[in-house]
Amino acid sequence: MAASTGKSFVSRFGVHIAVFIFVAIWTIPTLGILVSSLRDKDQIIASGWWNSFTSSSQTEAGRLPPASAQVEKDGKFVLQGNIFGDGPARNISAFGVKSAAPTQYPAGTTADLGDGVTLQVNADGSFVMTSPKAFESERGQRVYYASSAPPKFTTDNYDTVLFSEGIGRSFMNSLTVTIPATVIPILIAAFAAYALAWMRFPGRALLIAVIIGLLVVPLQMSLIPLLKLYNGVGSFFGVPSKTYLGIWLAHTGFGLPFAIYLLRSYIAGLPREIMESARIDGASDFEIFVKIVLPLSFPVLASFAIFQFLWVWNDLLVAMVFLGTEGDQIVLTAKLNALLGSRGGDWEILTTSAFVTIIVPLIVFFSLQRYFVRGLLAGSVKGG
Amino acid sequence: MAAQIFSAIFVIIIGVGGCVAYFWGANKALDTIFPARGVSGKAAINNLRRQGVIRPWLFVGPAMIILTIYLIYPVVETLRLSFLDRGGAHFVGLANYQWAFGDREFRNSILNNIIWLAVVPAACTFLGLIIAVLTDKIWWGTIAKSLIFLPLAISFVGASVIWKFIYEYRGDGQTQIGLLNAIIQYFGGQPQVWISLPFWNNFFLMVILIWIQTGFAMVILSSALRGIPEETLEAAVIDGANPFQIFWKIMVPQIWGTIAVVWTTITILVLKVFDIVLTMTNGQWNSQVLANLMFDWMFRGGGDFGRGATIAIIIMIAVIPIMVWNIRQANKETEGH
Repeated sequence: MAASTGKSFVSRFGVHIAVFIFVAIWTIPTLGILVSSLRDKDQIIASGWWNSFTSSSQTEAGRLPPASAQVEKDGKFVLQGNIFGDGPARNISAFGVKSAAPTQYPAGTTADLGDGVTLQVNADGSFVMTSPKAFESERGQRVYYASSAPPKFTTDNYDTVLFSEGIGRSFMNSLTVTIPATVIPILIAAFAAYALAWMRFPGRALLIAVIIGLLVVPLQMSLIPLLKLYNGVGSFFGVPSKTYLGIWLAHTGFGLPFAIYLLRSYIAGLPREIMESARIDGASDFEIFVKIVLPLSFPVLASFAIFQFLWVWNDLLVAMVFLGTEGDQIVLTAKLNALLGSRGGDWEILTTSAFVTIIVPLIVFFSLQRYFVRGLLAGSVKGG
Repeated sequence: MAAQIFSAIFVIIIGVGGCVAYFWGANKALDTIFPARGVSGKAAINNLRRQGVIRPWLFVGPAMIILTIYLIYPVVETLRLSFLDRGGAHFVGLANYQWAFGDREFRNSILNNIIWLAVVPAACTFLGLIIAVLTDKIWWGTIAKSLIFLPLAISFVGASVIWKFIYEYRGDGQTQIGLLNAIIQYFGGQPQVWISLPFWNNFFLMVILIWIQTGFAMVILSSALRGIPEETLEAAVIDGANPFQIFWKIMVPQIWGTIAVVWTTITILVLKVFDIVLTMTNGQWNSQVLANLMFDWMFRGGGDFGRGATIAIIIMIAVIPIMVWNIRQANKETEGH
């Protein structure tokens, strides 16, 4: 900020640089998993994703043909061929014969392996091994080489996670949880907010104070009693205790204080004249609400809808407590958490799954950012 | 897949439809039982009055019932459970609290929570404020803000995967695929297993939350900064204040209230931080926090509800001052109207 009001070119330039650095730090992590999710899975572990547009190099091992393939030429015994055989050609940069020094010799040079034995491996994988004595071993010479492969991008990872890792199914489960858990609280809160803003009834002020107090009550306070309650209801009626209905209601309960708070302050600010003239025309409260208040409140309803959608979609805690971990109920966040345990080092699975889980919020966020920011500004007392 | 999509749509319609049906049906019923139209004179007025008494409760009723079941009753019940044993059958007095303060893991969690509380809200607010001020001065500020704001839409689990990938460790000398270790190695340093470094691993977890929440602080503070009257700033410039003085002596004091709101909001969030710790370390290597410890006790060995409830109560106690402050602020606002 020192630079921001300065007039010199240097200080203005400094602001651009500073902001650019912040933006880079905030976007590069996400870019990392996006790029990785599109890379070939062997390349992900062979080189950093920031190198994904250049050839990736990896060290591999292979065996030369056995002694039976040798030919005698000019008094020397020669083994010839190509390390890659019929496989796809790659570019070899160096080779070696000891695992401790796999890249001892640059490609194209001739290595002296002792006793007059020489080995030459070229960049294209072709090799020549010569010896003054006949080769005897039926096991070919082991050769290590560093090869580089051209950048390879693929959508295979997405095929894998969506259809065989169960992410596709979890995606549907997340939608099944999220849509009703967003719509139900809006309906319930909108009616309550209207009543609290425009209808007279005893205890109204107390109710508003209670709701503001409940805004910050940590979710953790509710978990154990509700878990007990759900288990009790489940065993009493002989129904499963982990159901979609259960989690909808739980999310509704946890989202309601913020919903009522946000909607009430907006609805209370609507012009009184509109309501009164409608009432004079004989409209009941229900009609006023449905025909006047709801349409006028669209911006705030949209704000809350985005909030609740993101919050429910991104929630892990409530889903882990109130939903099962089987395929028909596990949501994306819980599935991703499970994959972190079971597929810990498989970055092609993890980065792709992570990207699938964040793509919906990102789309919602970018397309409706205006409403999101408005809601944020109106309701920033909520703890999340 | 198709069957699942179909059943998903079906349950969604049932859930949402049931809700619509209640409000529509209840109001219809009220209008039918006490008709205000089609009856004459006195009866209509009487019925209108009755409707006026009953209808608010039809409107707030569902909200009150759900709030009672999902928030008010649980608060009371959790408090009660914290004085009971693991199954909730026997009264044990303060034994759970005694256990908590004697437990090494619990004390470690408290300590870590205090570090989180000291670092994360401050870092988010400070970074958010700086970025808000800087981006207001440049033509591509809106785009910059959008990008910095973006992590707010990402789930904690998703963010954990993103950052776990950054902290990924390969043995020294191998190709590092984690960005942080690659940078360290590039400059000749020693790669580290960041998330298991005692004490410091806390900070690597905090970075994730700071990364997510800075955008929130930035947006709120940025709008507060715009609310500062132009004349105030101009007057300061004319009086010869330098940019640092303008920032610290003019801007910051003017938006002090907003800074407090941002700070407390993030504080509450930090007290509840759970997903990041669960997915990154699950409390290993001394990185445990209260919310994750509580989750752990809810299910550990079949679940110890007494201890779980006790930990929840301790989180709640930390939130109460903020709750009181919030209600006071809200009351002040309503009085002002």
